[in-house]
Amino acid sequence: MRTPVLLGELAKLVRSKNAGPFWITFDIMFADDADFKRVVCANILTKSWVAKTYQVQEDSVIFVEIAAASAIKFSFPRPRIQGDPGETDMYSGQQYAPLLDLEVG
Amino acid sequence: MTAARISLISPTGALGMGFLDQSLERGISLKPDVIACDAGSTDSGPFYLGSATPKMSRRAILQDLRRLLLARDQLNVPLIIGSCGTSGVDSGVDWMRELTLEIAYQEGLRFKLGRVYSEQNTEEVVESLRSGKLEALPGAPEINAQIIQNCSHIVAMMGHEPIVQMLEQDCDVILCGRASDTALFAAVPLMQGFPHGPVWHCAKTIECGAICSTLTRADGVFAEIDSYGFTVEPLATEASCTPLSLASHTLYENADPYLIREPSGTLDTKNARYQTLSERKTRVEGSVFRPESYTLKLEGATCAGYQTVAIGGVRDPYILARIDSWLAEMRVFFKERLKELTGKILDQEVKLDISQYGRNAVMGVLEPVADEMPHEIGLLFTVTAPDQNLANDVARFITHTASHWPIPAWEGFISGIAFPFSPPEINRGPVYRFTLNHVLIPASPLSAFRFEQEDIG
Repeated sequence: MRTPVLLGELAKLVRSKNAGPFWITFDIMFADDADFKRVVCANILTKSWVAKTYQVQEDSVIFVEIAAASAIKFSFPRPRIQGDPGETDMYSGQQYAPLLDLEVG
Repeated sequence: MTAARISLISPTGALGMGFLDQSLERGISLKPDVIACDAGSTDSGPFYLGSATPKMSRRAILQDLRRLLLARDQLNVPLIIGSCGTSGVDSGVDWMRELTLEIAYQEGLRFKLGRVYSEQNTEEVVESLRSGKLEALPGAPEINAQIIQNCSHIVAMMGHEPIVQMLEQDCDVILCGRASDTALFAAVPLMQGFPHGPVWHCAKTIECGAICSTLTRADGVFAEIDSYGFTVEPLATEASCTPLSLASHTLYENADPYLIREPSGTLDTKNARYQTLSERKTRVEGSVFRPESYTLKLEGATCAGYQTVAIGGVRDPYILARIDSWLAEMRVFFKERLKELTGKILDQEVKLDISQYGRNAVMGVLEPVADEMPHEIGLLFTVTAPDQNLANDVARFITHTASHWPIPAWEGFISGIAFPFSPPEINRGPVYRFTLNHVLIPASPLSAFRFEQEDIG
């Protein structure tokens, strides 16, 4: 049995960013296929986890596991149009923190 | 298609971000057939389009542009710059032309300069709306004639065709208004007949320069396209383009990891295969491009008022313990005082937003961690009003009142907010909103754009 590790420790890069002014996208990248598969098989990072954590509609989430890039990517519409009143993160660059503490078995 | 392959350099992710001299020298030694670079994006928010202001400084643009114009002169190949002035408005293209002429004069350069303007007349956009030539993309905001007319600027994002038009007129340096970053790199290869799949995927991969490599600073890459695929390597010798770094970059700033929409169709990278050629170089094959009905993405921004902000911090644990009600109480007073002083209604004509840094200010409604209390909180007061004077006047009574707002734990007059500046109010000027997420169905790929050419030197 492997020692559980946090997603933030296992991933090579976790980031969030605007995908145009109307969407936010998240990339979780791994150093190799083994780390990528470990997270995919653990079934902890899923579309429903994203919807629950970020309190967004599940059917608005695009969620893809990309073996060629050893990466997991998900996107959903921004809570407001980029720069609209109440904006908190113009580039959506600091929205990934909740991912880091996910425990990977 | 006359040659078996065509090569490009993408010297940096955005003009003005800089790059290493030795990297450009290396790029020149590889004898590329084209140099292309974008100079803009919507990524920094609606201000740059709304106010027609460039994000990069004149100093930074001049430094990069000079080196690229000299490299172009040495190689005698096209230099294509897109999204001039950040937003690609007409004045951004004119600004870039002035800088280009200044450098050409100083360096004694001769070339044919082409310009493509992409700003749209608001009345014509209204007409397109009426005649059903505007289509809303999923989740687009509601629009009507008034909203379009209120836009301070609207630009259409060009495909490769207007750039090809300028290349066919033998332009050496082409300054584009708002352009798809990929179109800058795709124009010459498509004009020479290289297949769309490898061309668009290569263009998407290299459009941010060395970001597709293992290098983390702004710098360039070299790419070669042939009939079956393309290869990429970074210009900096210490960096590499690996299958992982290239595939990862295809994800960057796209909602969908495989499908990338261009004016003339969609690039599908789902079946792309990445193969290591050497320690620094990777080859990609298998991406396809599916032609679709021709559309041009429109970007528009409108002034949403004028802002004054103030920043302060709270350290007193008694205030922190009841900060939400403390702020709510003073908000009630602000509403009354605003009415009394200006006749305006808070949250209608004048808006006040108070963010608590240290507590949900970064993620806002997306924050899953409930109410953890830090030992200090940064407060950001943002007042938005129809004019700057009003925003300033409101902010001035707000900062004063807020800093002395009482709490039950203390008797007497307190100073509950640590302001770092005097005056605490900072005038932010006009603020803008993005108003369009729509595409225009143009009469032709060229019809929405205007062209100018001239001989320099």
